[in-house]
Amino acid sequence: MIIDFTHIIEQLPELVRSIGVTCMIWLVGTLGAVVLGFFVTLGLRFGPWGLRWLLSTYVEVIRGTPFLIQLFLLYYGGPFIGIALDPMPAGLLGVTVYGAAYFSEIFRAGFEAVPGGHVEAAQCLGLTRAQIIWRIQVPEMTMLVLPPAINMTVILLKETAVLSIITVPELTFLMQAIGSQQYAFVEAMAVLACFYWAMVSLAGRIGNFAEKRLSKYTFSHT
Amino acid sequence: MSSVNPSPDCAISVRGVSKRFGQTEVLHGIDLDIAHGQVTCVIGPSGSGKSTLLRCMAFLEEATAGTILINGEPLGFGQDANGQRVRLSPQRIREVRSHIGMCFQQFNLWPHMTALGNVSEALKTARGLPKAQAEERAMAQLRKVGLEDRAGHYPSQLSGGQQQRVAIARALACEPKIMLFDEPTSSLDPELTGEVLKVMRDLAADGMTMVVVSHEIGFAASVAHRITFLDQGRLLLQGTPGEVFGKPRHPRLDQFLDTYLDRGAAMLV
Repeated sequence: MIIDFTHIIEQLPELVRSIGVTCMIWLVGTLGAVVLGFFVTLGLRFGPWGLRWLLSTYVEVIRGTPFLIQLFLLYYGGPFIGIALDPMPAGLLGVTVYGAAYFSEIFRAGFEAVPGGHVEAAQCLGLTRAQIIWRIQVPEMTMLVLPPAINMTVILLKETAVLSIITVPELTFLMQAIGSQQYAFVEAMAVLACFYWAMVSLAGRIGNFAEKRLSKYTFSHT
Repeated sequence: MSSVNPSPDCAISVRGVSKRFGQTEVLHGIDLDIAHGQVTCVIGPSGSGKSTLLRCMAFLEEATAGTILINGEPLGFGQDANGQRVRLSPQRIREVRSHIGMCFQQFNLWPHMTALGNVSEALKTARGLPKAQAEERAMAQLRKVGLEDRAGHYPSQLSGGQQQRVAIARALACEPKIMLFDEPTSSLDPELTGEVLKVMRDLAADGMTMVVVSHEIGFAASVAHRITFLDQGRLLLQGTPGEVFGKPRHPRLDQFLDTYLDRGAAMLV
């Protein structure tokens, strides 16, 4: 067997398009997951009992089942309960709902790591509960969760490969197609691995840069 | 010396305050009056309940029983029509608490804001002042504690002593009538302790009402108008420094002070 990348290079326009799809799903999905996860955390922390129960069940179910199966159920099982989505919206929704459960846990840990004394200082100065949340707890929590949040973002990039099972035309889907049409599986998978690795490295570097830039805001006393 | 009823003429009047954490009762029916313009130092061994008492005065801990009046107004709990003890509204608690400024052992500056940001924050959010006006007032407070040139620094860029001075400026910016200090120098080395104590001396000289929980016996003896000695959740002794530290001394206080005398603070006492 000869390693031959020509079949892949021939499909360059397709390749670029599918990389675009992967990146779009990753970025939009992550953003959605961060926003949804943040509100899940707020609901879990400050919401009424019923909402807290509902949200903690959601987090447990999502964290307790594989993404592959969640996505499969959403896309193929959805129509039975009246949720018929095209592959792309289903994929985006899947990444968002899946990622949000993890982000909410990261944010929860972040909230708990904000020193209680910082909140007490704000109470003594007459800030209201809402002001304390938005001016003190949320900004401090954001600094604390940066490393685990970057880690989760990287994981979500790799998880987008799972969307190939619901025929989202992202990179893994294309590479599987090229691999089976041209009998070039090894080449296709090698290209795929290189791409994900390069993207993860890039994301890691951006993350490190952000952490360094923001380090002066993080806490140290005495 | 203190009557059964709280004294509305005092800056702080504490009557029958008890505090229980689960099964442990850390304060047993404390009565204490703090007059306007007075500096009161609360001393006592670790676990005597002195920090808890101070935190009750700021409503950071809710007393299990008893009454605390701040400038004659009930803090945290009031009485309903039937004389039952009821918790006051958050709004009312904030109003009464606005007479009080609090400084903590761990400074508790907000790390994501500069010194100026820390001092001006409550003026902007809680008091609703415009940014420029809030920062002007904050700058004046930083000048008072000698940190005008550090206004743009983040807490992580300041020494412990500077952080505590910013924290004092932050509390003063809201123009409290009473300042509470919870072991303000316990996490500082002797040199940094000196710069914080200087700011506190200046504040006392300006006539601020202060309650200071501290192990700085020298500061207590030289600055305080009154000394309160707590032991095992009970107020054991109170009086002027001369009365409390002078001989003959209460045996429990003598025992407590021995550790300080051992460390060469004898001349201060």
